[in-house]
Amino acid sequence: MSWLLALPVLIPFLTAVATFLARHSALGRWLSVSGSAALLVAASVLMNAVLREGVIAGQMGGWAAPFGITLVADLLSAIMTLVTAIIALAVSVYALADIRQGMEQLGYHALFNLLIAGVVGAFVAGDLFNLYVWFEVMLIASFGLLVLGGRPSQIDGGIKYVALNVVSTILFLTGIGLLYGMTGTLNMADLAGATERMDQQLLTVMALLFMIAFGIKAAVFPLFFWLPASYHTPAFAVSAVFAGLLTKVGVYALIRLFTLIFDHDVAFTHTILLWVAALTMVVGVFGAAAQSDIRRILSFHIISQIGYMVLGLALLSPLAMVGTVFYLVHHILVKANLFLIAGVADRTSGGTELARIGGLYKSAPLLALLFVIPAFSLAGFPPLSGFWAKFLLVKAALNLEAWLIAGIALGVGLLTIYSMTKIWSQAFWQPHPAGTAPKLEALAPGHRAALLIPIAVLATLTLLLGVMPEPFVQIASRTAAQLLDPTDYINRVLGVQP
Amino acid sequence: MEPLFAVTIGILVSVAVYLMLSNHLLRFIFGLVLISNAANLTMFVAGRLTVGAPPLIKEGMDAPLPQVANALPQALVLTAIVIGFGLFAFAIVLVVRACTTLGTLRPDDMRVAEPKGPQQ
Repeated sequence: MSWLLALPVLIPFLTAVATFLARHSALGRWLSVSGSAALLVAASVLMNAVLREGVIAGQMGGWAAPFGITLVADLLSAIMTLVTAIIALAVSVYALADIRQGMEQLGYHALFNLLIAGVVGAFVAGDLFNLYVWFEVMLIASFGLLVLGGRPSQIDGGIKYVALNVVSTILFLTGIGLLYGMTGTLNMADLAGATERMDQQLLTVMALLFMIAFGIKAAVFPLFFWLPASYHTPAFAVSAVFAGLLTKVGVYALIRLFTLIFDHDVAFTHTILLWVAALTMVVGVFGAAAQSDIRRILSFHIISQIGYMVLGLALLSPLAMVGTVFYLVHHILVKANLFLIAGVADRTSGGTELARIGGLYKSAPLLALLFVIPAFSLAGFPPLSGFWAKFLLVKAALNLEAWLIAGIALGVGLLTIYSMTKIWSQAFWQPHPAGTAPKLEALAPGHRAALLIPIAVLATLTLLLGVMPEPFVQIASRTAAQLLDPTDYINRVLGVQP
Repeated sequence: MEPLFAVTIGILVSVAVYLMLSNHLLRFIFGLVLISNAANLTMFVAGRLTVGAPPLIKEGMDAPLPQVANALPQALVLTAIVIGFGLFAFAIVLVVRACTTLGTLRPDDMRVAEPKGPQQ
């Protein structure tokens, strides 16, 4: 059982080592692709096992919980691991064409796989300190990826990204220290029980410390400023994996902590989360409306979408949690895909600044079709995946008679359409300002395949989620049930026989 | 012992926050180093302080004496120090690089990634 949990972390880690050793040869990029493919297999096996048997917990080194290092996968962890593996494979194929040899020699593939190892590690970590360590692995790899290439804009964005994320890390560490001082344990399943015996008001203070730390990572209002400062600067493959996965690890940590440990004073903590969610949605979408570069528009939309996920967590009803889980999966697939498409638009049309590009619909109709699916899924058009994600959350808000929040969620969806149609009309519909016709055929055939196949696969998955949401909603409701009643999680980790 | 540590941590944090807010990247990094040390000390104190009781089991015995230091926070702090060392090494190199490529260390003047006004 332990192997099942350790493999999704070990595979990208070993791939990182192998690709670092092979960074001067063309072998490195293929190692990266095969490592990601192996990760996908391991993640699928884990997902299958969790679906069949429920929560799986393993103790590394044979020390029983809460003393040893616990790896644990419930449905949320397994789903996130699987989606991470899908994105890792898509981006590593895309990187075959997108990443220049110079960046490969500086160790792009090693950093990329280290980042994936950190992300997956955070999803299966069973105690807070390990979560911290995996966050750091992820963070240091992302620092490297962000500034790889060394253009002035990357250094500029990198400074802001590094500064604010390190502050978040320090807050997280302080929270861990204080929580350990109060409870004497850091195992999350153990903490869920230990916190009941503590001073509840002091616990709320702890909750807020963690909320701020993970709020910075998840880029919620008013802590998101590092994100739009940096996400549009690195290589397209890098920004796609950042956009898809990094902030979602923050959201995952928020979900984990605020369903498992800090559920003692929901009226206080989750009300704060609710208003944070509303402001995040609104500020993100207005920020996007003011931008004129594809990647900067998309960056602000990440923020506004994070608001939706936090909204589900804040409402904390079964339906709202289903919505959050569905939203997470939908968002990761769609967002990474849109950044990948921005990369192809840049290659063929000569930029991502909307005023300088155009004519893609006429000369590259395939790309236009591939853009329409994720873009209008993001905006929430039926029958695409974003529609169901938003529908579940709005329905949950209406059921709880939170009219204002439901109205905000709907309004933000409308404004998302505005941004997406802005990209559509300027990059695809209007003729190119220089009078040229950007064609996909201009790309080398090998590059064309490497760039378009991942985009097409992710778009197909988006369609699949949208056209037949039933099985996915089923899994999401089982996930939500596990999150809202963590007894099984706690028992499996601590080895209590039911 | 604990009050002394608490006051020390408080001073470290206040100095660090002052440095971090002073619109100069080098000062920001120094502030970050200080505040991370404050976090490490917090974790260390939170694990309870004991004087002159190393977390060791005496030769010939199979359990520690009743008065013994908590080894876990020591391990956690050690890990955090190592990770912090790596982060700061990177951050300092990044600041040096920012100084050479951007020609300034004032965050307010760094507008390459986010230029003011509409882009050309």
